[in-house]
Amino acid sequence: MPELSYREAVRDAMSEAMRRDEDVFIMREDIAEMGGSMGVTQGMLDEFGPERVRNSPISEMAIVGAGIGAAVAGMRPIVEIMYQDFTTLAMEQIVNQAAKHRYMSGGQIKVPLTIRTQGGAGWSPGAQHAQQLEAWFVHVPGLKVVFPSTPEDARGLLWSSIYDDNPVLFFEHRTLYGLKGEVPKELEPIEIGKARIHREGEDVTVVATGRLVHEAVAAAEEAEKDGISVEIFDPRTLQPLDEEPLIASVKKTNRCVVAHEAVTRMGWGAEVAALVQEKAFDYLDAPVGRVGAKFTPLPFAPVMEEFVIPHAKDVLAAVKRAVGKE
Amino acid sequence: MSIRCPRVARLEEREQVAGSERLKDFLREMLLIRRFEEKVEERFRAGELPGFLHVAIGQEAVAVGVCRALEDGDVIASTHRAHGHTLAKGTHPNEVMAELYGKVEGCSHGYGGSMHLYDVERGNLGANAVVGGGLPAIVGAALAFQLRREPRVAVAFFGDGATNIGTFHEALNLAQLWKVPALFVCENNHYAESTPSKQQLPIEDLTKRAEAYGMTAVRVDGQDVEAVFKTTQKALKHARDGEGPVFVLAETYRLTGHYVGDPQVYRPKEEVREVRQKQDPITKLREKLELSDEEWEEMDAEATKLAQDSVEFAKQGTDPKPEDALKNVYA
Repeated sequence: MPELSYREAVRDAMSEAMRRDEDVFIMREDIAEMGGSMGVTQGMLDEFGPERVRNSPISEMAIVGAGIGAAVAGMRPIVEIMYQDFTTLAMEQIVNQAAKHRYMSGGQIKVPLTIRTQGGAGWSPGAQHAQQLEAWFVHVPGLKVVFPSTPEDARGLLWSSIYDDNPVLFFEHRTLYGLKGEVPKELEPIEIGKARIHREGEDVTVVATGRLVHEAVAAAEEAEKDGISVEIFDPRTLQPLDEEPLIASVKKTNRCVVAHEAVTRMGWGAEVAALVQEKAFDYLDAPVGRVGAKFTPLPFAPVMEEFVIPHAKDVLAAVKRAVGKE
Repeated sequence: MSIRCPRVARLEEREQVAGSERLKDFLREMLLIRRFEEKVEERFRAGELPGFLHVAIGQEAVAVGVCRALEDGDVIASTHRAHGHTLAKGTHPNEVMAELYGKVEGCSHGYGGSMHLYDVERGNLGANAVVGGGLPAIVGAALAFQLRREPRVAVAFFGDGATNIGTFHEALNLAQLWKVPALFVCENNHYAESTPSKQQLPIEDLTKRAEAYGMTAVRVDGQDVEAVFKTTQKALKHARDGEGPVFVLAETYRLTGHYVGDPQVYRPKEEVREVRQKQDPITKLREKLELSDEEWEEMDAEATKLAQDSVEFAKQGTDPKPEDALKNVYA
């Protein structure tokens, strides 16, 4: 099996779709000659030309809105928002327009729009370039939310996002772009709404997203030394959530920890905790643990940033709490 | 339903006829919108209509003049004041009224209401209750037409109030930059809800805003349906020929409140009375055509009946099942 980086995997899904399908095109500033601020779209201008790799003004509302209009008119646009933090500028278009056209029209309209964005702490980007905001979008009926943690998932899920007839928010984690992983030779779509057991285990289920999947792996390896067997459950899609295998995993391990980089309070993990207690209460041997960022904007100074965001040691501590081995 | 391939079938009533016959046709349609909206006011006051209702009485010439100039396959996006645009784009009054009553037979099947009238088959991509909210999507629809080399134009309706919101500026900038086939039709009724121009616009001539983006901008008397029609035809040709988008500023006036029930404390009654006397687009056209009383009454009776029939149709419509609220969230 060939190996691709997370970055290459994202690019590969877009390029394959664009080779196959004239309706697919991408828009955002800096994606053409520059190849995107994270290098994701490098080389795409040369292959597809400026009509389909559209450098745009810094106009998040207009770019997302233009994506909506083009999607409604039968295209499959991919719009990039350079940093998740800037989705705030397009919030009205995403929440009131993209998510609701189908509903308000009584089913007359489809909005096959993919909104790619990235973020995450590490490298000290500060308070306006590193937030993890996926929970905001999971709260909006009409949107799908995808957050891959590996190259294979990134490629297969982005493909499915492009070909989904709904608006999809596709979250990439900046610190994962260099991560390499094996991918199938031929691009294989991964169904939106299907989770994956990243690592099998017996004693505690860690439901983790994005970077925290990898932190959870490190924590699991450490826990193994203490005889704790950790199962890592990567939902891959946050909306719709693949509930059944998640609940099955918790029923097997009888313990659950949710781990994401976003702020813990009111985070996506809170919903998972609620779901687990609703559907697997009698199976739980410990309260559902939550791991996430502290309730503060992201600071600049590296030592403070390190302190605020969750790491493997935080997952490990939560795992140990769950099994009563603090 | 996708608006992708099947071009909208040309509606018979849209076929262009020459001279005064065409203008009479416009008058019929404006009169239908007027009688329809008067009926809306009446039924709202009778407590029959839920939701927020905004009528465009006084602005009918813009809706009709623009929509009558469109070709099959052209699309529009409307505003919270959408009844006129929707009727002028060819949706049957029964379907519009049924929507206002929240019925399955409504043009949005009861999911939208007055502020979210859709009729994709007829090229109405939806009325938007967020001021300026629909403008960027019109740029996108026009971009799709451009990319597919289709000779179609996307048209955004909006008011003077929307020219103060960010989407307006981002959308116009992008549309002109990419020279997409779009029309931006600003219905300047001089009040953003209750706030008069002087309190919300630092300039009087709004074409300057479009010109600042390098966009061709034209100004037209929005109370003269023939002028609106001809101006729109020229603008459409410009857009369709690949010359880029056009900003059409239609100077108009809303003869009733912002919403049905608005006491209109923000403007003098004399102002409204004077416009009604001198600038009512329907009266103006009636006088221009020198219609006989007989002809006028016949036309009026026809419009009144269509409006009344739409109420009967809507009242006999089907209520959606409550649990159908869970449908149409995802495709």
